[in-house]
Amino acid sequence: MIEISHLVKSFGSLVAVDNLSLRIVPGEILGFLGPNGAGKSTTMKILTGYLKPTSGTVKVNGINVEQDPVSVKQLIGYLPEGAPAYEEMTTRRFLTFIAELRGYTGLEIVKRLDHVVDVMSLSSVIDRRIETLSKGFKRRVGIAQAIIHDPKILILDEPTDGLDPNQKHQVRELIRGLSKDKIIIVSTHILEEVTAVCSRAVIISDGKVLEDCEPSTLETRSKYHGAVTLICSCETDFSRMRVATKALVADMPPIVDEDAFRLTLFQSESSRPLLLHVTKLLEEVGVVAEVVSEKGRLDEVFRSITKSAEVLA
Amino acid sequence: MRAINIVMKRELDSYFSTHLAYVFILIFLVLSGVFTFYLGNFYERGQADLLPFFNFHPWLYLFLVPALSMRLWAEELKSGSIELLLTLPVTIVDAVAGKFLAAWIFAGISLMMTFPLWLTVNYLGDPDNGVIFTSYLGSWLMAGSFLAIGSCMSALSKSQVIAFILCGVVCLLFVLAGYPLVLNSIKTWVPLVVVDSVASLSFLTHFNSISRGIISLRDVLYFCSVQVVWLAATVVVINARQSR
Repeated sequence: MIEISHLVKSFGSLVAVDNLSLRIVPGEILGFLGPNGAGKSTTMKILTGYLKPTSGTVKVNGINVEQDPVSVKQLIGYLPEGAPAYEEMTTRRFLTFIAELRGYTGLEIVKRLDHVVDVMSLSSVIDRRIETLSKGFKRRVGIAQAIIHDPKILILDEPTDGLDPNQKHQVRELIRGLSKDKIIIVSTHILEEVTAVCSRAVIISDGKVLEDCEPSTLETRSKYHGAVTLICSCETDFSRMRVATKALVADMPPIVDEDAFRLTLFQSESSRPLLLHVTKLLEEVGVVAEVVSEKGRLDEVFRSITKSAEVLA
Repeated sequence: MRAINIVMKRELDSYFSTHLAYVFILIFLVLSGVFTFYLGNFYERGQADLLPFFNFHPWLYLFLVPALSMRLWAEELKSGSIELLLTLPVTIVDAVAGKFLAAWIFAGISLMMTFPLWLTVNYLGDPDNGVIFTSYLGSWLMAGSFLAIGSCMSALSKSQVIAFILCGVVCLLFVLAGYPLVLNSIKTWVPLVVVDSVASLSFLTHFNSISRGIISLRDVLYFCSVQVVWLAATVVVINARQSR
């Protein structure tokens, strides 16, 4: 269990983390979201004992990071931002070095190495220098390094940054496969990633927690959640449809695209469930239209949450 | 201890895998040859000893050691690998000691590579091999002190160039403090105690007495304490970086 309480970190006059408190229990995959410079990386650096907090405490399984950093570091696997490594080393030498520092010896090292090389599909680059690897492979070496000791707590700072869609999928599968009794913290810009892999989403901005909920809840916060888009094929249908649906969207103005004959209706308390109402209505009026049911748009939620925080500040 | 050893091995490994090791040893051998035979008049002196060789070591180290030590921390700071290293289960003391030991051992290897010179004097004459041995030891101890200063300077900056220059300047101060030029110029206007303490801070004073064949506890202790002080300063600098 990780307990962050009243964490503050300031660099000179800049407050990177501002009185942040979080409690993370085993089994949770926490997605850390926020705009650039929100304090995600700084928080992770403090969790892993790389930076010291200005005030506040971080306890990992009851151990204070500041008082006993080495014990905490043993529990954590960490991929720093940008996946730094000793680039002049080969993948094999580098991972061996990490395994040695993690306390493995002799045959155990070979076993652990084989395991992570298999999981991260690194066998083709095992004897190549890290500096000659592509960005995707470098990132995978970084993740391999973080999971080599099968840590109870895994902290990954932008693990899918710079990966192609296949590699992204692979990393997400890996993260999903790992969990169960572990704590996994993933920071990302990609909102879909949070719904895809995380059980909990925390949005931070200016070092403060703005939102802490399940990713699916985040989607329902979008005004697009439950919205319905109707696309007609001709103008007469389109205008008839607009008139017919007017009653449904009394409290929320729809988005109208006259040229494409497109109409997006938003769901409100009175019109729930909107999709059902709309299909019924279309049948009654006898208009043929393509009906698209919208999911929540995370981008929009993210923007509205972080923007409103800016306005308040 | 285990962690120190692992960090040291990795560091030493990287000297050889980046070819830095070979370039460094080559330049060290060429320069020490030039100094010994041309500037030191090795043959003309007609004496079977290695004084001309060892006399130039402080000056040789002045720019070769910063070249060796500048990457110790600056490179890690630049590439971000320091974040990786310091989030692995090692203490800062382990990391500082491991890296320093790697550089010091490497300096020792470079020194040992000058063995043909030792063979030469033994072929040409009948030198006091005891003196030669203590000179080697003294030179190695002095290299360690240079390296400890370099380690601290390297932790101060992300830039290896700045680390190189800072290290060169601080080392120059430590060498010059014992040079007659400096000592004579201050002799006239400061009390003798001050002159003595400036002289006693100098690498030159302590190195000269060791290279005369006398290993006194005082000189060995001096070099060791210089190393400990500067390595402790390195730990402080890195610690300060984490809580800045």
